[in-house]
Amino acid sequence: MKRVVTISRRWVRVWQRNLKVYRQTWKISFLPPLLEPIFYLAAFGIGLGSLVGDFTYGSRSIAYLPFFAPALVAITIMYNAFFETSYASFVRMYYQKTFDAMLATPLTLEEVIIGEIAWAATKSVIAAFLMQIVISLAGLVQYPAGLLLPAVAVLGGLTFASIGMVFTSIVPNIETFNLPIFLFVTPMFLFSGTFFPLQNLPIWAQRLACLFPLTHLTLLVRACALNSLAPSLIWSLVYLLTFFLATSLLALRGMHKRLIK
Amino acid sequence: MTPEVISVARLKKTFATLTAVDGISFFVKRGECFGLLGPNGAGKTSTIRMLYGYSPVSGGELRLFGQRMSKNWRCAKSRIGICQQEDNLDPDLSVRDNLLTYARYFDLPTGTAQQSTEHLLRFFSLEHRAETNIRELSGGMKRRLVLARALINNPDLLILDEPTTGLDPQSRHQVWERLEELRTGGLTILLTTHYMEEAARLCDRLVIMDQGRILVEGRPQELIEKYVGREVIEISPPDATLQDYLETRGLYYENFGQRLVVHNRADAALFATLADNFAGRRCTLRPATLEDVFLHLTGKELRE
Ligand SMILES: Nc1ncnc2c1ncn2[C@@H]1O[C@H](COP(=O)(O)OP(=O)(O)OP(=O)(O)O)[C@@H](O)[C@H]1O
Ligand SMILES: [Mg+2]
Repeated sequence: MKRVVTISRRWVRVWQRNLKVYRQTWKISFLPPLLEPIFYLAAFGIGLGSLVGDFTYGSRSIAYLPFFAPALVAITIMYNAFFETSYASFVRMYYQKTFDAMLATPLTLEEVIIGEIAWAATKSVIAAFLMQIVISLAGLVQYPAGLLLPAVAVLGGLTFASIGMVFTSIVPNIETFNLPIFLFVTPMFLFSGTFFPLQNLPIWAQRLACLFPLTHLTLLVRACALNSLAPSLIWSLVYLLTFFLATSLLALRGMHKRLIK
Repeated sequence: MTPEVISVARLKKTFATLTAVDGISFFVKRGECFGLLGPNGAGKTSTIRMLYGYSPVSGGELRLFGQRMSKNWRCAKSRIGICQQEDNLDPDLSVRDNLLTYARYFDLPTGTAQQSTEHLLRFFSLEHRAETNIRELSGGMKRRLVLARALINNPDLLILDEPTTGLDPQSRHQVWERLEELRTGGLTILLTTHYMEEAARLCDRLVIMDQGRILVEGRPQELIEKYVGREVIEISPPDATLQDYLETRGLYYENFGQRLVVHNRADAALFATLADNFAGRRCTLRPATLEDVFLHLTGKELRE
């Protein structure tokens, strides 16, 4: 039989299911994005920042905290989205058979996966927003450009959610997630211009880092927070958007291959 | 509207080299309770998965509500309630939220969803556990909730894949009573089960399948009459003289190792004769059941 791909707005139903579950424990979910920046800012601002002093980033002189705080938001977006569609979606798919139950209703597999990705993105937008409030209170986000941050979080969340879902569609068991985390997520966390500017790296490493989606997300978030939007950021936008579209298609294909027998 | 809710012709399902469903044909009429029986691995679940569009058909034709499934599948699916073989209630949600959330997957309006939820909670005696987490439910309550969930969209066709497996007799009887009520209300039901008593009690018609093929089709009572007769005599332990005797008299029997089951069609005095001639063995006379038919047709070997 020919494969009919049908996607309707019904994916919202899957999103709503996850929101419902999230709301049961929202108080716990709210804590990390509120507390994490405080811990990091204390450790890096007071401890490390005084060691580093001001340095040049782009064409301006900047202290360590305003440089690092936006990166923390970008990292939060990545982790929230990636972990939701990797571990959490895997548990729903594999152990809880939630997808099987959904597929006995008029929902299609595509709608289920899109709902999951959209939910993971939502979760990371919520976390990024909470974190933004905290670092804004610390005076580390400049406005009005800072108002664009949630929109950037949506794009970043979608991208990393799709990446997580690609791995979910191929890992044989839940332990295997250690592999992409060790080989992909952790290097990104460290080498995406998050903790130090990319220009400190050798040129080949800078080029490599430009392949990381987190590099581009960090650039965008930082530009919003520092009120330094520039036309060249279009390329980061385009890169993330392309990455999102490509990985979401891969995720849909992979999931179809995995589940429809 | 066509009277046939399901009609299947030469339906096939292959997995790589394995043929799970090998060209089966059957139909289910509106208001009927239809049984799909067979040993483990016979292809029952594979058939059901094709019916509701979960797995692609490898060959043959499939019509639901008189329509090809490839067209209008979303509309067809919104008219079906499915109770899958594995337990897949949502463990992150309470009993009530399981029903409400499932109703949303069907796009039911909120008011309708709430009404159906409360009605089904009462119908399956779950109203006092509405706020309980799924993990705290007993097996029987879980199964009842799965059934309730399958009915949330007020379906025209209910598909049940082993709805009572693992339940104690009380829960099973309770489920049967609910299913009988639904059938009386005119609901069309497709049922798989390993309990022959259940099939005999609930099903108007059934098929017995094995290795992807349908062996027989008919009403339970007709099948019993046709393949076994009215009564059987169980004798244990069996031995050569007894078997010789049965063979010289041309009586059909099944040898289960520790026990012989003699099919008795004609001879009203057979039980007395056997009990007299073979005193010292345990002879039991009982009515023939669907289980005798099942074992007769599908053999005694373990599957898989
Ligand atoms: N996804 C799959 N991939 C490969 N083989 C499969 C798959 N699903 C089922 N099979 C095989 O197809 C055959 C029929 O399986 P099916 O689950 O339909 O049997 P069943 O009649 O429902 O059995 P049971 O009574 O144990 O539930 C079995 O041999 C099974 O191993
Ligand atoms: Mg089965």
